Amino acid sequence: MKVRIKFQKHGAIRFIGHLDVMRFFQKTIRRAGLDVAYSGGYSPHQIMSFASPLGVGLESNGEYMDIEVNSLTSCADTMERLNQASVPGIQVVSVKVLPEGAGNAMASVAAAAYTVRFREGREPDVFGNKAEHEIARLLEDFLAQEEIVITKEGKNGPREVDIKPGIYELKWTEHTLSMLVDASSAGNIKPIQVIDAILSLHGEKLAENALLITREETYMLSNDGNTLVSLDDIGIDDEKM
Amino acid sequence: MTVANNNLALSDDILMKIEKPARYIGNEVNAVIKDKEKIAVRFAMCFPDVYEIGMSHLGIQILYAMLNSMEDVWCERVYSPWLDLDAIMRKEQIPLFALESQDPIKDFDFLGVTIQYEMCYTNILQVLDLAQIPLLAADRGEDCPIVIGGGPCAYNPEPIAAFFDMFYIGEGETQYQNLIELYKRCKTEGQSREEFLRRAAKLPGIYVPGFYEVRYHEDGTIQAFTPTEEGIPATILKEIEMDVTDTYYPMKPVVPYIKVTQDRVVLEIQRGCIRGCRFCQAGQLYRPVRERDVDTLKNWAMEMLKNTGHEEISLSSLSSSDYSKLPELIDFLIEECNQKHINISLPSLRIDAFSLDVMSKVQDVKKSSLTFAPEAGSQRLRNVINKGLTEEVILQGAALAFEGGWTRVKLYFMLGLPTETEDDIRGIAELSNKIAAVFFDVVPKEKRTNGRVQIVSSTSFFVPKPFTPFQWAPQCTKEEFLEKAYQTKMAISGQLNQKSIKYNYHEADASVLEGVLARGDRRLSEVILKVYQKGCFYDAWSEYFKNEVWLETMAECGLDLDFYTTRERSLDEIFPWDFIDCGVTKEFLKREWQKACKEEISENCKAKCQGCGAARFGGGICFVPRTGEV
Repeated sequence: MKVRIKFQKHGAIRFIGHLDVMRFFQKTIRRAGLDVAYSGGYSPHQIMSFASPLGVGLESNGEYMDIEVNSLTSCADTMERLNQASVPGIQVVSVKVLPEGAGNAMASVAAAAYTVRFREGREPDVFGNKAEHEIARLLEDFLAQEEIVITKEGKNGPREVDIKPGIYELKWTEHTLSMLVDASSAGNIKPIQVIDAILSLHGEKLAENALLITREETYMLSNDGNTLVSLDDIGIDDEKM
Repeated sequence: MTVANNNLALSDDILMKIEKPARYIGNEVNAVIKDKEKIAVRFAMCFPDVYEIGMSHLGIQILYAMLNSMEDVWCERVYSPWLDLDAIMRKEQIPLFALESQDPIKDFDFLGVTIQYEMCYTNILQVLDLAQIPLLAADRGEDCPIVIGGGPCAYNPEPIAAFFDMFYIGEGETQYQNLIELYKRCKTEGQSREEFLRRAAKLPGIYVPGFYEVRYHEDGTIQAFTPTEEGIPATILKEIEMDVTDTYYPMKPVVPYIKVTQDRVVLEIQRGCIRGCRFCQAGQLYRPVRERDVDTLKNWAMEMLKNTGHEEISLSSLSSSDYSKLPELIDFLIEECNQKHINISLPSLRIDAFSLDVMSKVQDVKKSSLTFAPEAGSQRLRNVINKGLTEEVILQGAALAFEGGWTRVKLYFMLGLPTETEDDIRGIAELSNKIAAVFFDVVPKEKRTNGRVQIVSSTSFFVPKPFTPFQWAPQCTKEEFLEKAYQTKMAISGQLNQKSIKYNYHEADASVLEGVLARGDRRLSEVILKVYQKGCFYDAWSEYFKNEVWLETMAECGLDLDFYTTRERSLDEIFPWDFIDCGVTKEFLKREWQKACKEEISENCKAKCQGCGAARFGGGICFVPRTGEV
């Protein structure tokens, strides 16, 4: 039986990298005493898959991983036990049983929502000292371009990519830039790439380490393929079991 | 669940810039957070090397658990910042901080440093320097933390005496409570730092270098080592925990986020070693052997696995095969761990039918290798060093192993042992060759799955250590070491099965310097201070070890390398460490040194008491009826 776990990552723990978060969960699952399934062979490992790696320094309200379990007490109990065994900065917020045949977390990812704030003193002029409607206008103009070409560093050297089709939403409220962008393995867009593109339109460059980024949610396509739903939209919780 | 400490000592800018920021943010599972307001004594426990090494050390985890079990004491951890952060902290004047509270070390009551190897001495200065604590104990004011050293190198603390307010000689379980009580009392009474040190110097096991003076003969050897005040003890007996079962052990070890060297539960099954190998310092320092109760160990193992979530458990001791209840313990662990998908790691096992059977149950035979440590190539030299491992036993073990499917063998030897000749060196090559030959004898062609056998022979250079029978022995020069390594290499390449043998050896410079520091005296403090000021640290990392700076500084300080290394010491010389009584008498060590020169072996503690002196502690192996077993 496959279980989808949603968790948040905040505070000092944001400096723990993706691979170490995986190791953290392997040990946390043991401490929590979950009946997790193991692969075969001489060095068996827990069957586990993460939706999308989160970069070092980013916080998140919407991380996901799938684990395979042999048995389950209940979703609520599993969540309780994981949180007991976890550290303060990593909190599990939902546990759901996946229906038979559901795609794994990583393959399902279609989009991600981020909120981005600028560190004090590092707001670029484009976003600094302007009324909200002015910035809204500026973002409209940005999105009104025919294409938004950026250079991505790939395995085979840099290549030019049009990210415009992958930017689904972009808005500015209360000094925060919210965006909903493509997060699929083929077309993943990082928040900083969007911001760099906006700034370069105005001839401005982002200061080093200027952004405070939170991933708010990770999405997949709904069954009919028309809308984005959060990754735990398909799970079954205790009430439906 | 404890609260998070998101109040980090390092800014986001720094943390985003450096390698592995997780080394510095604390907040690990089982890290202890206490309410500062309710704490009387703040203790920072340091391992002066990078986080991944320091976090792998069992001793700190034991002391951390013990000190934190005291209600009004908060013990935190601190490690050497890696070079990237080191440079930033110097530039930006950021004081070194403890991981748990992220508070500056300079505001603590104690800074404890575990000193596990000589090549970390400059890192101790790095830690003090970054912490903004004066490097020399004599320069520290009333507000500075008390800097206390411990661990195996504290058995010859003299080269680093100038940097420490005190040393704790021996096992930490016994005196810390008393030391902390004394500290609190002195604080309440408003006593000075000096008065606290004076009173501490009278506690068992505590050595306060400031209350002793050394006079030298003209030839540089010690004439006298004496206390400077009445009431300060002339010798210091090591501290020892005789009841190793009913004592502190960390049931909730701290679990690091990043992968560290020892990423597993460590179960220390006994202390000490019965074998008495004459080169081995640990084998003398930790006498007598004290075994832990097997039922207690079973409970501890399960408890620690539950509390950490580690996927591996390792048994720890100097010679696990000598633990009397080993089969019972291993059967239990195999049973419990197989169900829970937990790996068992069994270092320091003698290769025999029992251990091969066990290993075949807990590891993948095809992927793992077998380790033998003959230490010397000939039986003659093995007798000199009292390594009770014969060629026959090694070849039998290898034959059994090859029949069991193993194809990889690691062999460990030392070069530069006392009395070593070219024949002994050739013996390394011949033994490696014989083991390869056993493979071809035992395993028929059609069963040689991996095609061939792989023998990896490694040599290290022998460094004589204090409190061993070889403390009188001359050490080889760098040139002699390299010549011996060359001879080994040539001898191996002349063997019939040379294609199956791979030979490894290390640089010799660091071994020479390790020898200087290991048997060094107080005059070396100046050298260590100067090389540090010239930018040396992380000397234990070969890529950062600057030999020429050390040599040049030795010369500047008017000290001679050979005095500390190649010189043959006379039997009546006063050694810098003679004021420490480690339980084993100098008379016994002398006897062993003389027997070594006559190629005579001494039986192990289980077979026959050699009268080393450790029986005075009133327990352990010394009081177990002899079995006559060798």
